[in-house]
Amino acid sequence: MQSGKRYIKPDVSSGKEGTTYEICHRCLIIRVNDELDHHNAVRIREKADKLIDRNHVKHIIFDFSGTDFMDSAGIGVIMGRYKKLVFIGGKIAVANVGSAIDRIMRLSGLYKIIEKYDTVEAALQNLK
Amino acid sequence: MDNTNQMTLEFESRSQNESFARTVVAAFAATLDPTIEELADIKTAVSEAVTNCIIHGYPDKIGTITIRCFISGNELTVEVEDYGVGIEDINKAMEPLYTTRPDLERSGMGFSFMEAFMDELEVESVVGEGTLVRMRKRIGKQAIKGYTQQTG
Repeated sequence: MQSGKRYIKPDVSSGKEGTTYEICHRCLIIRVNDELDHHNAVRIREKADKLIDRNHVKHIIFDFSGTDFMDSAGIGVIMGRYKKLVFIGGKIAVANVGSAIDRIMRLSGLYKIIEKYDTVEAALQNLK
Repeated sequence: MDNTNQMTLEFESRSQNESFARTVVAAFAATLDPTIEELADIKTAVSEAVTNCIIHGYPDKIGTITIRCFISGNELTVEVEDYGVGIEDINKAMEPLYTTRPDLERSGMGFSFMEAFMDELEVESVVGEGTLVRMRKRIGKQAIKGYTQQTG
């Protein structure tokens, strides 16, 4: 059983920092650091699912501190991870949600099934 | 002096162009002095329409997407067109949460978001020939109803 922190090398193919992934206990922290549209949602889905399967991930925290745009593709990738984890009692959380992201989240009804936290640390505290 | 303007943009149906398309339309709309929220609305609606062309219009190949923008007074019209598969049942396609691609984790919310963020939405489609989505939005302080006028 994996415990403790692991840092996954960030995807820097775009030249900027891009999305980073970190595993803390059984939480996968995804720092999106980019716009969350269909193009990026596909990449996040592929990477996250590999990490979830290999590392017994139970919860996911999306850190939106570097994200100022999201469309329904972002909703789709969050929903998809929720469906993947809900059966093992896992939870999805979002943190550092700015007003643009918050609007999309509210419109989609996603707050009914995922929790919003001010910081990643607060989310981690609640998900342990 | 009337306030009119128009532009046409053509690009390949590659997902990396979604961001580019949003940025171009937002830049064109900037001349109407939109609020940050109005710009976000427009970018989101364009993103949904372009993504639909890529995923549904051209599911198995790379095709051409055309965006045309028109400004007339304080109204922005955006047309997003593909020459791909087309939609068999437009009413069904526009039902909230309906998607033909749950395998791609499509939420089925694309049209709902376009409707929510733009003032008008029209969809024309012919199976085998393509789909045209036309959206309109009135922008600027005059367009906001129920808010007090700003002075100066």
